[in-house]
Amino acid sequence: MSETASRDLFPGALEMMILESLRRQPAHGYALVQHIQQRSNNLLQVEEGSLYPALQRLLKAKLVKAEWGVSATNRRVRTYQITASGVRHLEQQISSFERMFEGIALVLDPAKSPAS
Amino acid sequence: MNWITNIFRRRKLYDDLSEEMRLHIEERAVQLMGQGMSRKEAEQAARRAFGNRTLLEQRSREVWQWPTLESIWADVRFALRQIRRSPGFAIAAVVTMALAIGANSVVFSVMNGLILRPLHVPHAESLYAIERASDKDTSQSYPDYQDLRLRNHSFEDLAAYSIPQVGLDTGKGPIATWGVEATGNYFDALGIQPFMGRFFHNSDEHGPNSAPYIVLSYAYWHSQFLDDKSVLGRTVQVNKHPFTVLGVAPPDFRGTLVFYSPNFFVPLVDKEEVEGATDLTDRGSRGLLQVIGHLKPGVTPAQATADLNSIGSWLEKAYPKEERQMNFALGRPRLLGDQFSGPFRAFFAALMGLAALILLAACANLGSLFAARAADRSRELALRLALGSSRNRILRGLLTEAMLISLVGGSAGLAASEALLRWLSMWQPFGNFPLHTSVNPDSTVIGVAFLLTLLSGCLFGSVPVGQVLRMSPYEIVKAGSTAKVGRRLSARDVLLVMQISICAVLVTSSLVAVRGMVRALHSNSGFNPQHSILVSADLHMAGYTSGDQVPIMQRKILDAVEAIPGVESAGLTDPLLLNDTNPSNVFTDDTEDLRASHAAATPYLFRISPAYLQAEGTALLAGRTFTRHDDQNSPRVAVVNREFAREVFGSATVALGRKFKMPDGTRVEVVGIAEDGKYNTLTEDPHPALFLPILQWPSNSAWMVVRSSRDPQQLGADIRRALHQVDAGLPVEVEKRNDEMVTSLFGPKMATIALGVLGAMGAMLSITGIFGMAAYSVSKRLRELGIRMALGAQRREVLQAALGRPLKLLAFGSAAGLILGLLATRVLAFIVYQATPRDPLVLAGVVLAMLLLGLLATWIPAQRALSVNPLILLREE
Repeated sequence: MSETASRDLFPGALEMMILESLRRQPAHGYALVQHIQQRSNNLLQVEEGSLYPALQRLLKAKLVKAEWGVSATNRRVRTYQITASGVRHLEQQISSFERMFEGIALVLDPAKSPAS
Repeated sequence: MNWITNIFRRRKLYDDLSEEMRLHIEERAVQLMGQGMSRKEAEQAARRAFGNRTLLEQRSREVWQWPTLESIWADVRFALRQIRRSPGFAIAAVVTMALAIGANSVVFSVMNGLILRPLHVPHAESLYAIERASDKDTSQSYPDYQDLRLRNHSFEDLAAYSIPQVGLDTGKGPIATWGVEATGNYFDALGIQPFMGRFFHNSDEHGPNSAPYIVLSYAYWHSQFLDDKSVLGRTVQVNKHPFTVLGVAPPDFRGTLVFYSPNFFVPLVDKEEVEGATDLTDRGSRGLLQVIGHLKPGVTPAQATADLNSIGSWLEKAYPKEERQMNFALGRPRLLGDQFSGPFRAFFAALMGLAALILLAACANLGSLFAARAADRSRELALRLALGSSRNRILRGLLTEAMLISLVGGSAGLAASEALLRWLSMWQPFGNFPLHTSVNPDSTVIGVAFLLTLLSGCLFGSVPVGQVLRMSPYEIVKAGSTAKVGRRLSARDVLLVMQISICAVLVTSSLVAVRGMVRALHSNSGFNPQHSILVSADLHMAGYTSGDQVPIMQRKILDAVEAIPGVESAGLTDPLLLNDTNPSNVFTDDTEDLRASHAAATPYLFRISPAYLQAEGTALLAGRTFTRHDDQNSPRVAVVNREFAREVFGSATVALGRKFKMPDGTRVEVVGIAEDGKYNTLTEDPHPALFLPILQWPSNSAWMVVRSSRDPQQLGADIRRALHQVDAGLPVEVEKRNDEMVTSLFGPKMATIALGVLGAMGAMLSITGIFGMAAYSVSKRLRELGIRMALGAQRREVLQAALGRPLKLLAFGSAAGLILGLLATRVLAFIVYQATPRDPLVLAGVVLAMLLLGLLATWIPAQRALSVNPLILLREE
């Protein structure tokens, strides 16, 4: 069983990853989990269900919108789409995240690669 | 707001969410099955990968909620469902709480009205009454008042007043009416503005009877003149003297006593017309009820007292004959200074303490109820814990339940107390005496009641906390909730013992009070109130003031009443015992220097007509009583009581025929010795009394005591008719003597009723407490009892097993309570007549009462225990 990964993520990280995935293409919850796990090379083992509170937060803030439909595999799914304000929010988040990351990396000594 | 629309869309949102989650898990499972897992394995793996679905769903939902409020609301709804499921428990708990909060808010509200709430005068905090340090009495003489007013440097101004009853004729015939006669600066010193018209001022006074003005109180104007604005300038008759209506006082101004609402205000300079006689020039006569005034800004009460005392020592030097012990103190005017407010405060503190004990007992009661309930529900709670509910959430639910019960009960109690208090505020226990105390609950009372309610809710709601925190869901789910009845002392037991002992305290103190009351009613009071009627026929109210008229009128009145068939005797007295006292100094015959400090005794002085002692039923121990020949032309004579004889002459046997001196130097011979009696209160110690013939010491404001075994109603009508024939302008009031006694027994009676009610409440609480405990322990052990019976246990043994523990706790608690109660009785001793705890009847009564309570409370559980059918019980499990 995976450790509860959401605990290790900083607040807002999951939302940011969801928004980024949805910017590439609309998806339903299950596909989003698959996508995030694959893209992170399974480094981020997110507890699948923890996606949903985050999605509800995004829905409430009108950063994404949802619609019931049918998937390519012919399953009934609820597909999420990023909104215009969602894109704006994501860009702000990414730039502030990058600044923070840069700062942390500098403090931790750039000689050591943080990605090992 | 967004969240409002969210509330309506929410059902759809939640449905979408759960559907979505279900589909997610299904999709994962399908995928896993595609990798070769069995259906069952795949579904399990999918659920594991998803995490705690319920928790996640809840967390997702919370996104749409106003979380704290809504979760509280959810708790409330859940609690309501739980409560509805056990209505018996709910009703018992609510009633318990309502009783406790009701008792507290009644006591607090009365205390608030009498003691705490400020008077309706501007800057009530700096208003003080001057009292004598020696006897805490606020009454002063008029000359002393004038000196105090002119010579002090501490008060803005000093005003004085007393409370007379006059025959007030507003055109409908004279009616005896209570009011205030005040110095001209009264309203100005208090800073009161008239509601209508104007008040009288110092500038209106020009010597005796110079200011025939009357100011009406708002309530009197409202009820007697029906808000008629044209009343200003009209003339009314005060004791047949014309007085002009000047104005109406504001609605909320009722003088400076919290228990007295005057109907009118007249200037003190008219005292002769208002009261029939004046003592305004007599320095020795403390005829003023109170001298009051606001302290100047920056002057402390201590400074003011020092200032007054320096005036006092000057007075002692200047008037050595009249003045002694002229030391002063400051008191609050509202309850006649410290003389009354001291005992009042102490009594209310004690009452409040008892009420708090009731609340505590109720909390203990409810606490053990809730603990038992939590234990009963331990299976449900354990299940909820096992399913992932947090302990916090469970505790919150239990606490919500407690709060809900507490709030419902508290509101019910407050509503009931409000009804009772409204009635109390309207209550007129003393005939036409305008006893008025506004004890209606105000915002302070409601606030306090609410606070107490919340506090007790927290208190008893937190009793099961430890239980829930220690709960091990695994054990409980495995073993079932019937686990074991602890052999060691549990928190519930401690609570029950506490509650029972509190209740025993209440029962003890109320029994002590009731016993004292009974004794007061049967004690030898030196007069016989049975078959005796009281007629108030104040001659001054009919305008008889001058010397010669009065004895003639009094004689006419007595003759008229004695002529009525069935009247055994009729006598006049001034003052009336237990109604008013008139202490006077007396001196031994060989005393030359008649200054107050040389007095041999300070007896209560009564001026009586010849037949009075007979009419009153006072026994004459030796000598004779007066005759109609003991008048102005014969030697001065007196009847004294045994205590007087003892104090002045050494013993009752030698007093007859001896002489003593009055303060004015008159020598008086003792011709009779009467038995001791009660003169001021029924609870007083023996006090000297001096009876003088009214023909030698005239008074025009006497009461008539009539002894007759006829029906008081008819006799009253006859007396009224007879006196009307003597003078149609005489306001006549006839009362049965026992009604008049109500006044003097009022304090002890109220105390007894209050304590009785609290005691009854305590008893009720202990019944419910023991009942709850016994019923609970029986229901917990039904199975064990069934097995015992199946194995051949006798009824006695079953009962012992089932009820031994509650009864043991009862005995323990009662003993503790009895001891505490006996200690508490010391507090009662000063208000309740002869409240002594060392009374075998009280002790036996308490023990019997507690036994009865125990029997009553355990009866139903005992029946249940005995009716156990082992077969059915064992089959059920």
